[in-house]
Amino acid sequence: MTPSRKKRLTYFLVSAVVVLILGKFIFNSLQKNTIYFFSPTDLYLNSENPKGLIRVGGLVKKGSVQENKNEATYTFVVTDLKNDIYVEYKGIIYVEYKGILPNLFQEEKGVVVEGTLKDKKFLLGKTILAKHDENYMPPEVAEALKKSGNWNKKYDQ
Amino acid sequence: MFSLFQLKKIFQLNENFFYWLKITFLSLIIFGLILSLIVSPKDYLQGDTVRIMYVHVPASWLALMIFAAMGISSIITLVFKIRVFTIYAKSLAPIGFTFSLISIFTGSLWGQPTWGTFWTWDARLTSMLVLVFFYIFYILSWKFIKNFFVAEKYSSILAIIGLANLPIIKFSVEWWNTLHQPASIKLTESPAIHSSMLMPLLIMFLGFSVFALFIFFIRYKTEVLQLQENKLNKVLKK
Repeated sequence: MTPSRKKRLTYFLVSAVVVLILGKFIFNSLQKNTIYFFSPTDLYLNSENPKGLIRVGGLVKKGSVQENKNEATYTFVVTDLKNDIYVEYKGIIYVEYKGILPNLFQEEKGVVVEGTLKDKKFLLGKTILAKHDENYMPPEVAEALKKSGNWNKKYDQ
Repeated sequence: MFSLFQLKKIFQLNENFFYWLKITFLSLIIFGLILSLIVSPKDYLQGDTVRIMYVHVPASWLALMIFAAMGISSIITLVFKIRVFTIYAKSLAPIGFTFSLISIFTGSLWGQPTWGTFWTWDARLTSMLVLVFFYIFYILSWKFIKNFFVAEKYSSILAIIGLANLPIIKFSVEWWNTLHQPASIKLTESPAIHSSMLMPLLIMFLGFSVFALFIFFIRYKTEVLQLQENKLNKVLKK
């Protein structure tokens, strides 16, 4: 290796190490600011309610979805299987845009609700996003897995 | 040792080679599209929307891989001054850029029916958008800086900085809670995607890769010819 190459390689390696260390610090501070959604437990443990628009993620609790046709309002419970949060979704939009609830909005499936907290257990929903998991399979396979009792709980997320 | 990387090697490639590359690409894509659009089953939750994945995932993989190749080439460029790697990176950039755009667009087409939104600022989507901007700035730095050697320097630095973004994209779905789902295919675990869907995905990925390679050769040839026209042949010899 020629001396000039050696020199440039040293420069490069030293700056790479410096950048990596800096990156680690940035990453650590980002960790707190890049929360896309809170879980109900996060909110429950928080001493202060976050103000403004927040996102809450979890599973739609089984049997909790209720539709009030007159007011076009959906209510349901989001749970992380430890704590529940009561969600009221003023779906006026639903009347105007059919299917504003995403395809994947189902009981016992993942959901992320954007809205404002009224109190610790009550969220006024503004937008509803369904969360999809990493499992892909044909319907027949899902059916067969359920029948044979091999259905993994992790598919229900 | 570096004679392998002589710029002009490409002109010695047989015309036949390109012909067969084209044939391979076309047959892979046709086969892959038939598998993914017709033969492969619907998803038990998403229904037919799942078919977008057969374009989205290969495009995203390639967008990341191509930027990784550009970043590594740039390190070699800056440290060892082996010029051919500059031309590699420069020829790769538009290909990766196109794939990153395809990834974002097909992703939002999928996001609307599945999540209920075209776009959201979660860690995965944001870091992917950052990658698109890295591609744009890289290409622009070559466009706007007229001096070859200055452009080489700045674009390489840009690509090396952008390299840091790649693990962020890859692991964003594990480090932070995101709306985007975690990876279905991991090296260490059995895939969370059924084999009837995995097959078409891999074939599409192969097809896309061969396409990327094909375009790369064309772009590379153009770049070398351009260098010759600008009387920069000296850099070729190095």
